[in-house]
This record gives sequence, C-alpha cells and structure tokens, in this order.
Amino acid sequence: MSTIAEKKEKVSVPFDYNKYLRPNKLPHIWCPGCGHGIVLKALLRAIDRAGLEKDNICMVSGIGCSSRTPGYVDFNTLHTLHGRAMAFATGVKLAKPELKVIVITGDGDALAIGGNHFIHACRRNIDMTVLVMTNSTYGMTGGQYSPTTPLDAIATTSRYGNIEPPFDACEMARASGATFVARGTAYHTIELERTIHDALVHKGTSIVDVIDACPTYFGRANKYKSATHMMELIEKDGTVNVKQAEKLPPEKLEGKVLRGVLHKVERPEYCEQYENLIMQKAAAKK
Amino acid sequence: MAITATKGQTGLTGNSAVAYAMKQVNPDVCAAYPITPSTQIVEDFSGYVADGEVTTELITVESEHSAMSACIGAAAAGARVMTATSSQGLALMWEMLYIASGMRLPIVLANVNRALSAPINIHCDHSDSMGARDSGWVQLYSETVQEAYDNVFMALRIAEHKDVLLPAMVCLDGFITSHAIENISLLDDQEVRQFIGSYSAKASLLDIEGAPTFGAMTLPDTYIEFKRQQSEAMTRAKDAAIEVMKDFGKRFGREYGLFETYRLEDAEAAIVVLNSAAGTTKVAVDALRKEGKKVGLLRPRLFRPFPWQEIAEALKGAKAVAVLDRADSMNAFGGPVFSEVRSALYDLDSRPRVMNRIYGLGGRDYKVKDAVEVFNEALKAAETGRVDTLVKYITL
Ligand SMILES: Cc1ncc(C[n+]2csc(CCOP(=O)(O)OP(=O)(O)O)c2C)c(N)n1
Ligand code: SF4
Repeated sequence: MSTIAEKKEKVSVPFDYNKYLRPNKLPHIWCPGCGHGIVLKALLRAIDRAGLEKDNICMVSGIGCSSRTPGYVDFNTLHTLHGRAMAFATGVKLAKPELKVIVITGDGDALAIGGNHFIHACRRNIDMTVLVMTNSTYGMTGGQYSPTTPLDAIATTSRYGNIEPPFDACEMARASGATFVARGTAYHTIELERTIHDALVHKGTSIVDVIDACPTYFGRANKYKSATHMMELIEKDGTVNVKQAEKLPPEKLEGKVLRGVLHKVERPEYCEQYENLIMQKAAAKK
Repeated sequence: MAITATKGQTGLTGNSAVAYAMKQVNPDVCAAYPITPSTQIVEDFSGYVADGEVTTELITVESEHSAMSACIGAAAAGARVMTATSSQGLALMWEMLYIASGMRLPIVLANVNRALSAPINIHCDHSDSMGARDSGWVQLYSETVQEAYDNVFMALRIAEHKDVLLPAMVCLDGFITSHAIENISLLDDQEVRQFIGSYSAKASLLDIEGAPTFGAMTLPDTYIEFKRQQSEAMTRAKDAAIEVMKDFGKRFGREYGLFETYRLEDAEAAIVVLNSAAGTTKVAVDALRKEGKKVGLLRPRLFRPFPWQEIAEALKGAKAVAVLDRADSMNAFGGPVFSEVRSALYDLDSRPRVMNRIYGLGGRDYKVKDAVEVFNEALKAAETGRVDTLVKYITL
C-alpha cells in the first residue's frame, strides 16, 4: 500500500515531452489558444503509452498550421504538399511496412484539396493513423471556409455566412472503408489520448477526427470571446461521448457531435495483402 | 479587409493594388483557392464581391486544380475570367494552364512569385512562373506595385486582343512587392472601362446556334495545326503588347515597353534582371556610374512571348552582360532568363560576353552590394573579353 504522499508523487511525475520533441525547433508557430499544440501533447502521450519507438515512427503531413507538427517532433518526418500527406504516407508505408506511419493533416488539407487521397487510403485500409485537425477553417492562409465549416459560419470567403454544407470526416472515412474511425476534441485531453492510443494500436486505416479551435480566424470571425469560450461551446457543449449518448434521450443529443470510437471492424490490411499475394505467386512459381 | 482606394495617389500593397485592378475590371467570374503570398488578392476581392461593388461570381473551390478548371469552364462559356495564385498553386494548375492556352481562352491570372517546394518556402523566387513559361501563357513581369496594377489592365487587353486570344499571367514578387505598401496612382473606373473595353468571346459554349466544341480529340492529322496556330498567336502577342502599352502610355502618361532599360545606352557591362531586383540594381548602377563605371540595366517586362530581337538590339552595344535568374533551370547550364538572353544574342555579329548569376532563391535578399559585385565581374569580363565562371550562385 502506498501512502497518499507517494501516490501524489507518482501522479505528479511530469511527462517528459522533450523526449519526443526537437527542442531546437521550438517555439512553435501556433497562436496562443490554438488547439493544435494540445493535440500534439495528447498524441505524444498516446505514443508513449503505446510503447512505440521513436525511430520506428514516420510522421507525414501536408501543409497548414496543423501540418507544421512534424517539424517539432523527433521522429522520421516528412512535410509534403498541401493535400497530399496520405498519398506520400502510402508510399512510405508500402516501402517500409514495419514503420508506424502517422499522418497529421488539417481539415482543409485532408478533406478539401486532399479529399481524393483521403477516401482512397481509407478504401485500401492501409495501416496508418491519421489525425485530422478539424478547426473548420484554413488557419494558415487566413481563415477561409473549409469543408467542415458549419453552415452560416463567417469566414474570410463567406462574409455573409457559409452556404456550403459541411462534411463529416468520420462518416466519410467510414463510408470509404476505414476500419477504425473515432473523434476527439482538444478539450477532452485525457479521452483524446486514449482514443489516439486505440487508433495507433489498430491495424488498418485509423482516422481520428480531432475538433480543435482556431481562435485567431474562426474564433474572431464568429465572435467567440476567447479560445476557452470556443472550447467550451464547440468542444465541450457541442459534443457527447458515444457511450454516454447511448443513455441519453434523443432531444439531449440534438445538434451534438459524437466523440469516442465510432466504428471499428477487422478487415485485411493493404500491405499484408500485398505481401501475401507476392508470396503466393512466388510459391506457385517454384 | 479590402483597402478602399480612391482615385489618385494611394498607399497600397501589391496584392491590394491587383485586387483593386480586378475590381475595376469587374470580371464575370473569379475562381480561386488561397495560397501565401497571393491570398490577400482574392481576400480583398471577396470583400468587393460581398459589398456588391462588383458583379463577379466568386467561386471558392477546394484546390487550384479546381480553380483553374472552373476558370476554363467559365471562359469557354464566354465569361471574362480572372484569378490569382502562387507557387504550389500555380504548379497544381499545370494541366489546366495548357488547356487554357490550347483552348485560346484569354484568362488573366496574377501570379505572386514564390519558391516551389521542397523544402517548403513561402518567399519570393521565380521558379513558379518560370516553370510555366512554356505553357502558352503570355507573361508580364512587374517591378513595382504601380506596375503590377497597370500590368493587370495591359495583360487583359493583350490576352483578349483579336489577334492573340491567349491567357496571360501578371507576375509580381512575393512579399517584396505583394506585401509592401507603395504610393501608387490609380485610374478611375471610367478610364479603366474605356481602356479595356467590353469583352465578347469569339466562341462561347452558351452560343446554342453555333454550338462550338472545345478541346475535342485531335489525332496526328490535326493536332500540329492547332499548335502552329497557337504559336503564331504567341508571335502576334508581341505586336499586340506594343500596341497596348503604347495606348496605355498615351492615355495615362505611364510609358511601358517590352522591357525597361536604365542607363544602358553607353554601358559596357549590363545586368539583365526581372521584377523587384531591378530597383536594387538601379541603385548600384547609379553608384557605379558616379565612379565613372559604364554600367546599365535591362529589365524584361514581357517574357512570353520573348522579344528576342529587340533585346539583342538593346544589348548589342555592351561588352559583357550578366543575366540574373531568380530560378534555376536545373540543367547545369544556367537559369531560364539566361538561356533566352544568351540565345537571343547568338545571331549578333559581335556578341557581348554573357554570364549567369542565380540569386535570391526562396526570398534570400539581393542587396546593392550583390549587384555591385556582379557589375564588377561583368566589367572585368568586358575588359578581358573572358568570362571566368559562366554560371554561379550568388547571395549565398
Ligand atoms: C497547392 C497549394 N494550394 C494552397 C496552398 C496554401 N495553403 C497552405 S495551408 C492551407 C490551408 C490549411 O488549412 P488546414 O489544412 O485546414 O490546416 P490549418 O492551417 O487550419 O491547421 C492552404 C490553402 C498550398 N500550400 N498548396
Ligand atoms: S491561425 Fe488558427 S490554426 Fe493557425 S496557429 Fe493560429 S489559431 Fe492555430
């Protein structure tokens, strides 16, 4: 039996983020209040929890504020083109299937310019974990609306309100064939860490849609008082965990977005199938 | 926020000036996707759309591939179409650039010059538009905010000229020109309208009677004829450019040519350089002239079509010419401007010595001292008749 003091000691051992970071690349570019840094912390903790070796990880990103993440982490990193992260990651995974491939992408990167790669990676069920940082805007280029901007929201390109219906990244991933689909938010950090962990240990395409805030553009344009105000309204009040949702009456779920693991099935993974096919054909030739 | 500019002298960034020019043109359609450093053009323009100051249909698509595709669709339907982009955005438009020129659609695009990945860099060089130099687009380059603004109108007139009908690109330097505020003189809307005139497409998809077809399959029996026509149109674009620039000067008092020369007449050593670096080079010219050194500058404005005879004529008096490229052709034989200029000089009876210096990639500063060094090297070549190093990176 450990004493309370000992327990406290145990809990307060700070997590050594530096172990996974490139301190000489800091400070990062993210604005105060931006959700991307919170997501990175959850990801690093999840990686640690999953016991992944730094050198066995390849982090791939496209272009955007979120896609700057690989610059700060001490893994094998590939910072590519806007929208193309999953295509590059597919190449990495096929060349070196033993690597744990993690894709960091924005909602614009993954679903607008890169939407095609997104659905095809899901369809193949190639083993990679994809974090889609959904801040409902193109942060990096100054707050244009993105494919996840809600109807009526204000953006630099929708000054009278957005008229394009948004995508639901999770539904799209599921429909395209991803075998693990989950959602988290930057507000629910502990849950997010767990969700990302589960995605990391899943074999196949695992998509985690992470709702996070861009106070600088989306927040200001839509009159949120602060980053915390955004987190409370969008991430805390606007979402509900799937498990809790099961117990709630429909009227309590109205307008709420579901968090947690939304879809998980087993299906042959692409690289394995590829390998098997080669082996089969080679064996038949002998 | 769009800067509300009024007639006369106004402080505007290059981007805001281009956006304002677009507002004055009031195109039928603009389809775009944001990218640094050109984002502000469409951002300002979207303000004009939202405020009802233009009647343009602004289509905010999901990539530049779609942006240029939508522009092409609109132009084929007979619309006057404009857009803006930079770097990877232009690169992603690649396929469509050739479609636009092949279909002879006079779309006008402002390209805010930025380096291409990898490694990623958001700052100025010319690798984006230089990569597109053979895509069949007319290319105009701009040294200043004023010139970028003026070029938009000239590009439109050249593109829509009945003897041309080709898309045109106005290039200005990322950040250096796009984000710097300069005091510029604006035309009033009436003047712009009179200068550009109204546009009526020669063939339009909306012409039910004529029912034209665009881009249909051509086999070896016809394709080459299409390309030859296109090439001839590009040749004619030079005369159209001369005509349009003359008219612009006559109307508004700002004289532009196919290229600008600065103290070149009696120069023994000359620098040829595009866009904003010319300003820096002029300071070096003045400084060296004070020391009695005969140096001068030639700044191409129209790069496509390339006015090679005129440029050769202008440079033939020099003993040495240093061509500065803000892009490398990666051919181990010099940058794109160098290749053109050197080739243009080939037919002269007595040719200046020519050298190439690649400078300022990814936004590296090009300073007066860099220009002075290049001039000194060129002066040495003028004196000795020998070029020690043909191609070299500077500003390292
Ligand atoms: C081909 C191309 N087009 C446009 C851009 C400019 N650009 C960079 S990031 C970005 C949007 C980023 O939005 P998102 O992916 O949602 O990430 P965030 O910045 O919001 O994290 C755009 C349009 C680019 N880099 N490349
Ligand atoms: S602009 Fe928005 S997304 Fe980008 S760092 Fe700032 S808050 Fe984050």
